[in-house]
Amino acid sequence: MPIQTSTLPVEAARVLSKEEIQRYSRHLIMPEVGMEGQLKLANAKVLMIGAGGLGAPLGLYLAAAGVGRLGIVEFDNVDHTNLQRQITFTTQDVGRPKAVAAQERLSAMNPTIRIDTYRTMLTSANALDLFRDWDIIVDGTDNFPTRYLVNDACVLMDKPNVYGSIFRFEGQATVFNYPGGPCYRCLYPEPPPPGLVPSCAEGGVLGVLPGIVGSIQAMETIKLILGIGEPLVGRLLRFDALAMTFKEYRLRKNPNCPICGEHRTINQLIDYEEFCGVRGEEAPVMTTGIPEVTPRDLKARLDKGDDLFIRDVREPHEVQICSLKNGHLIPLGDLPRRVSELDSAREIVAYCRSGRRSADAVDFLQRAGFRKIWNLKGGILAWSDEVDPSVPKY
Amino acid sequence: MAIKLEIPTALRPFTGKQASVEFEAATVGEALRRLTATYGDLQKHLFTEDGRIRSFVNIYVNDEDIRYLEKENTPLKSGDTISIVPSIAGGLR
Repeated sequence: MPIQTSTLPVEAARVLSKEEIQRYSRHLIMPEVGMEGQLKLANAKVLMIGAGGLGAPLGLYLAAAGVGRLGIVEFDNVDHTNLQRQITFTTQDVGRPKAVAAQERLSAMNPTIRIDTYRTMLTSANALDLFRDWDIIVDGTDNFPTRYLVNDACVLMDKPNVYGSIFRFEGQATVFNYPGGPCYRCLYPEPPPPGLVPSCAEGGVLGVLPGIVGSIQAMETIKLILGIGEPLVGRLLRFDALAMTFKEYRLRKNPNCPICGEHRTINQLIDYEEFCGVRGEEAPVMTTGIPEVTPRDLKARLDKGDDLFIRDVREPHEVQICSLKNGHLIPLGDLPRRVSELDSAREIVAYCRSGRRSADAVDFLQRAGFRKIWNLKGGILAWSDEVDPSVPKY
Repeated sequence: MAIKLEIPTALRPFTGKQASVEFEAATVGEALRRLTATYGDLQKHLFTEDGRIRSFVNIYVNDEDIRYLEKENTPLKSGDTISIVPSIAGGLR
């Protein structure tokens, strides 16, 4: 696996320089860390999968702590919408590769450590090789296929997996695959089928939430390196940010786990997209028989004076951001209960932010017998691009 | 047995945004059935078509996974808390 960029040459374990002693003085004066602990950090190699919401605080704290080698696996570029929570990046970084921007930021904070970047997707083809040289893997990814991939690769390569995940204002954290401890499949043998997990209609996240969970992941990683405290092995920490509660659940190693159990049946990495049922979903719903209208065509018909009923299927708080003129709001979740408000004799165009939820709405209405129904292809995002740039994208 | 059932964030839209509900129930199975009887939309999120708990949803009584207790037959004591912990994946987006 080629390393894209690296900040320092590889060195064996060493003594700390005078500057480093000063830098890490607050560690060194603690009996739980001391010089011995700081050298453990200096010799540790931690690979961070994902440089986003979780990866940002994680990277910052591991770099600050003096973890001698950090790896960043991240293929994506910085996007404007990342700045709400991915605190390694600045506005100037928008459009740049995240791995490079993160490497610069971490290196500026701590030039004494080595930071390697891998600007690639993590796949079944590269994960085992990629993980080989690292001591600890930290999972800061955002989708089920990759989480199962990280887990399986960690089990097969014998690496602890410091796991964190978030949703809106709830977070989970634990340490998987520590010797004797459970793995991700012990907790969740199967992923949710796509479509059953809350969709973009219910997504979104409080920016500071991954800040907290990512920091917890950094804390657990440091504890593992130093060998202090009780790491979250066999413990699922669950955080509810709104209630400000932390709860803990016991995680047991499943003796029948197909990968870490007594009788392993998974000996190599699999096709995780297929495992998570995502493969069939790759083509957007729009292309499988859902009638569509493009923004330009819709505009043309409205200008002509056609009698069209414009149905907004988004949530009320999205309407406050922007909306199309003359739209009527019936959120997607309310549709089954409010379908009687729609007149099947009229032509209806459904829209949402990107065209995905409205495709679901059109699908539902078609099955309910509506014939004159179209999905606005690409939603408000496409409308903004093609018809009216004054409509904000979000 | 008077017990509390905690609703995870992802499922609160189906319980009128309530974060927890209280029931009388003798077993975990009875509590879950009461839950889905009161909030019908939860049925498909918690159970498969043939009535089994979905594998990406874990149910805990206090802090113990029911898979390691008596599953849906796990008996409940007054004051027990049932937690529903579904798989979540967010991290980047």
